[in-house]
Amino acid sequence: MNANNTDDKLEKTFTRRGFIKGTAASAAVLAIPVGSTDASVWQSFFQNNFHEMSPEELQDTIHNLAKKYREKYQADFTIKTNGPRPDTLFGYGLDLSRCIGCRRCVYACVRENNQSRDPQIHWISVLQLKKGEKGVSDLENANMYYAPDEVPEDGYFYMPVQCQQCENPPCVKVCPAKATWKEKDGIVVIDYNWCIGCRFCMAACPYGARHFNWGEPRIPKEELVTETHYLGNRPRYRGVVEKCTFCIQRVRDTPGRYPACVEVCPVGARKFGNLLDPKSEIRYCLEHKRVFRLKEELNTSPKFFYFFAT
Amino acid sequence: MIRPARQPLTVLLYLATALVVLRGTGTATEELPTFFVPPPPFSEGIFPCSECHADMEVNQKPRELTEHTEIAKSFKHSPQQRWCFDCHNPDNRDVLRLANGDLVTFEESYKLCGQCHGTIYRDWKAGVHGKRTGEWNGKKLYRLCVQCHNPHNPRFKAIAPMPPPDTPLLIHNQKHSGGSIRKNPLGKIE
Repeated sequence: MNANNTDDKLEKTFTRRGFIKGTAASAAVLAIPVGSTDASVWQSFFQNNFHEMSPEELQDTIHNLAKKYREKYQADFTIKTNGPRPDTLFGYGLDLSRCIGCRRCVYACVRENNQSRDPQIHWISVLQLKKGEKGVSDLENANMYYAPDEVPEDGYFYMPVQCQQCENPPCVKVCPAKATWKEKDGIVVIDYNWCIGCRFCMAACPYGARHFNWGEPRIPKEELVTETHYLGNRPRYRGVVEKCTFCIQRVRDTPGRYPACVEVCPVGARKFGNLLDPKSEIRYCLEHKRVFRLKEELNTSPKFFYFFAT
Repeated sequence: MIRPARQPLTVLLYLATALVVLRGTGTATEELPTFFVPPPPFSEGIFPCSECHADMEVNQKPRELTEHTEIAKSFKHSPQQRWCFDCHNPDNRDVLRLANGDLVTFEESYKLCGQCHGTIYRDWKAGVHGKRTGEWNGKKLYRLCVQCHNPHNPRFKAIAPMPPPDTPLLIHNQKHSGGSIRKNPLGKIE
């Protein structure tokens, strides 16, 4: 009896769970370089998910991030954390009968959102499709590598594709870390510090809108945009996923600016506004144009509307 | 006891009133922008027209032009049905003339274009045809029709596209050549 009791006690003291906990904790301590155990390292190690941070925590996080960016890029970054505006649901319209496939939007987006130049990341892909064939129901035959001397080419139309900001986003559903979510104003965002790089979301997205940083992102110093948002265009890390956020750093300003792709489009094919405002440009498109949504049958309910204006 | 039942009713009533009021105040399509940037894109030295035309005799007869030949040559805006004075005002060339005889300045040339292109004009006023910059819920910068379309040859001209994205093959080769072999000037890192 006595011997048995001792065994029980021993078992209780060294449980499997306790052992794993202890190992994990010591591994965590060891993982932090001893020489640089200043507050910021600890802070980023134990940093919470963006939407679980208290205002003070957020302040600390932003401060540390800016410090790290300064070390890395020798530039002073402004990192905004402003939340969704009330009574706002962002919607986007794209006039396919205007788009000429010039790719100005692609590079304006790269610049505004600090996308890596090498390895190359483009949040917008412009697809070239043959007129009078299967339309947009068969994207297999679309070409995104077209490079003629001049566009538009006869017999083709162009369809830029970027994040469709779905109301029912499959990418959010599959994220095992809850590192991506839909904000109240309808923008699907990513906490790059919380993303574990598993790329489930990329597999789930039917639009190919999410992109992975396979290597250390590289941006020329003179082209850095230092006016950033935590959930938007701040520089990313190797091993995280990124995507279009409707230029969250611009559209959430007061008053809100147009996204970079809208402003650069030389033919005015891109429209943007508040879906809840009956007087907005996007509502006018919905009410007066025949709009369609890409891969509507998947029930993702995008807030990105394509139309053919007269 | 009646209260819980009445409250939603009251709310509904308010909503209905609000809707009527909102509808009554007119739509965005009727509001015209108060300013444009940049000003009309005149070719250098061409404005004011009166500088040359003030002392000239007005010849309303359609003919082969001896002046403004570059416009005449590239003119493609229903040339069979069009002559200078369909839009330009013979008596004072510094303004344009609508079909009903009203005179408009070059800053308001959209009114002239809107006479024929009514559906486009309607979309443009609503902010849907044409390029806008600025704030989606604030000040928007409109453009005149002629800032994008040459009024004498309005069809959009083809332009050179920016470089295509790297193909998987390029990325593959890059990897195996042990460095960046990017040809793309826009994505260049030294």
